[in-house]
Amino acid sequence: MNLFTVSSSPHIKTRDTTSKIMLDVIIALIPAGLVSIWLHGVGVLWIVLLAVVSAVLTEYVVQKFMKKPVTISDLSAVVTGLLLAYNLPPGTPWWMVMVGSVIAIALVKQVFGGIGHNFMNPALAARAILLASWPAHMTRWIQPGTDAVTSATPLALANLADATGSATSGATVVMDLPSFQDVFMGNIPGTIGEVSSAALLLGAAYLLLRGVINWRIPITYMAATYVCTMIFGGVGFYDAFYQLFLGGLILGAFFMATDYSSSPVTPLGQVIMGFGCGILTAVIRIYGGYPEGVTYSILLMNVATPLIDKYTQPKIYGEVRKDD
Amino acid sequence: MLNKRSSFTGGIHPPYSKGLTKAKQIELCKVPELVTIPLQQNIGAPCQSLVKKGDKILLGQKIGQPRGYVSAPVHSSVSGAVKSIETADLPTGVRFPCVIIENDGSDTLDPSIKPGKLEDFSREELINIIMESGIVGMGGAAFPTHVKLSPPSDKTIDTVILNGSECEPYLTSDYRLMIEKPDDIIYGLKVIMKILDVSKAFIGIEDDKPDAIYAIEAASKDESGINVVKLHTKYPQGAEKQMIQVILGRQVPSGGLPMDVGTVVNNVGTAAAIAEAVKTGKPLYQRIVTVSGGAVREPKNLMVRIGTSFKDVIDCCGGWIEEPVKVIAGGPMMGCAQHTLIVPVMKGTSGILLFTEKEAYEREPSNCIRCARCVEVCPIRLAPLYISAHSLKGNMEEAEKLDAMDCIECGSCSYICPASRPLLPSIMVAKKAIIADRKRQAEADQHRQNKR
Repeated sequence: MNLFTVSSSPHIKTRDTTSKIMLDVIIALIPAGLVSIWLHGVGVLWIVLLAVVSAVLTEYVVQKFMKKPVTISDLSAVVTGLLLAYNLPPGTPWWMVMVGSVIAIALVKQVFGGIGHNFMNPALAARAILLASWPAHMTRWIQPGTDAVTSATPLALANLADATGSATSGATVVMDLPSFQDVFMGNIPGTIGEVSSAALLLGAAYLLLRGVINWRIPITYMAATYVCTMIFGGVGFYDAFYQLFLGGLILGAFFMATDYSSSPVTPLGQVIMGFGCGILTAVIRIYGGYPEGVTYSILLMNVATPLIDKYTQPKIYGEVRKDD
Repeated sequence: MLNKRSSFTGGIHPPYSKGLTKAKQIELCKVPELVTIPLQQNIGAPCQSLVKKGDKILLGQKIGQPRGYVSAPVHSSVSGAVKSIETADLPTGVRFPCVIIENDGSDTLDPSIKPGKLEDFSREELINIIMESGIVGMGGAAFPTHVKLSPPSDKTIDTVILNGSECEPYLTSDYRLMIEKPDDIIYGLKVIMKILDVSKAFIGIEDDKPDAIYAIEAASKDESGINVVKLHTKYPQGAEKQMIQVILGRQVPSGGLPMDVGTVVNNVGTAAAIAEAVKTGKPLYQRIVTVSGGAVREPKNLMVRIGTSFKDVIDCCGGWIEEPVKVIAGGPMMGCAQHTLIVPVMKGTSGILLFTEKEAYEREPSNCIRCARCVEVCPIRLAPLYISAHSLKGNMEEAEKLDAMDCIECGSCSYICPASRPLLPSIMVAKKAIIADRKRQAEADQHRQNKR
């Protein structure tokens, strides 16, 4: 008597798995981390490792405690830990890193049902909570190469210049602001993972090529930020372009706003997500009290995601009007 | 030849795995001692047995009479004697009465079977031949062909489409047919065109089958109004609705049929069966079956008599090199997994696949990560993740609101899911529940009407 497996069709499945997707994200994040270690020293590496280990451990402990299957092998906790570390300043104290990881995994992810069920990006939500709790620590920036000289981020400088109205025309801004080359390569103060646009774009290209993310959210996000910075900020083409590479925009647009769980699944919804993030980022950057708007704009669009999905279901094949 | 650059939205590119049988010429499968002929082999009504135990039977003799219009008769695939009529397992996953016939090995043809010519028959006679020959859709769905070719008078058909895309991985029976018997396909197509009084026809073939395109082009070059269309190789290119969308740029309305947009789609295998019935008078008692998969010793394309058991067919391919983990009737995307080899080949059995452990590999489902791949690949542009979630929670009304009934069950969503979610199975459950609910509603309405 032969015993054959009987199951519903289809009988062939893709070899892609959740953990392979997460591994791709990890690979894509490595260049930005390497640049950061090169710029800020090996201390950054310890923060990254600490964030990752505490994220994975938290997931393990919480799942054991909740008597659920342990899913740390899907690597999503590693990604969350990495992204959290990349959103922290290079001088963040160790205990804050751990608190951040616990918040991200326990409070934002596992309490709501684990992977796929978090309604906000865990790393960004944790960052927002840390920023509200220890603002001084979270805004202590270090100029790469110098030894722990605190300084303002270029984005803060640019905003200050815009706000005082003195220098949208260029001369004064350029005096205070680093060159585009420094900005692009990452030789500027900022969080661990956000500074090097070059390294981040390399990783983003990898994710796009691998089909892990698509263009809709990141490209609309960047485009909307660019246009809105010009309109609301009254700056020129070049200055608005320059500002795209400041702050966490590239990290946010390609790696955070594209978080599957907390972004829409419909094509139109994804465009709306990117558009909304872009407008909010520009508005917060220009009118808000914080110099950086990426975190809050993504979090705000995260909570709008279920609604966006609901109202952007595509027109199906052969759809007949409902009133027919 | 038309070269279609456009395509339908969504779709997937699974490994096609056709190399195992692509170059294998169609061989005759050994006719077994016993055939088990199911009295239902089509979508629609079953048949009533015309024979009883001990009756002498001739090859091609009608043994099952349809019990409705949407049905097709069944015929004996051997000559011999009826051993019994009993309920048996079918590859479609149900049990149904079958006529079991002992083969006398002589293949004595029923004397009523006479050759004919297309020119000699009227449209009504042609439809009658197709109906009496028990022809159904050979692509796998097994819908009675005479019904498809008899649209109500308020529907105007302007174009006939022949489906030669064979987008299911592993299967090569249509491919071999197109290469080996292209003239039969064109002959059958001309029968269909005459019945429907249509002067325009397209034969859609995927671009990974250049030799099939070449063969069909050569066979149709002297015919007017018949065009070969080269299609993108993408699953489910052979789905009726997608085929119509790509070739004619029309969309079958939700809940409608191809005839609502002026067309009828038939499989190339069906066209060949029609040609056989018209030219030789022989009813549908055999079909081409691709026997493939990593566990088969010698994968083949076989001409198999209806009612031959899967076991006999597999023996004809030298058995297996390793014990298969999964046996599938049909293709791997839409076929039906079998629990036994003692099931008969039916009119809709396009393939028998024996999968090794590696081929049948399946992971435990994990949480949906909302990667949206199912949304990207759905050829109907549904949101499988949401329909499935509602179905798993028993929210069938919500599933219905998300157009679950429009699902064509191609399985692209389940295929692409990195979390191995049971997307298609749960949508199929929702569809069944919705149909049952609609039926209850209709009955309740009827009841209320009667009361008045």
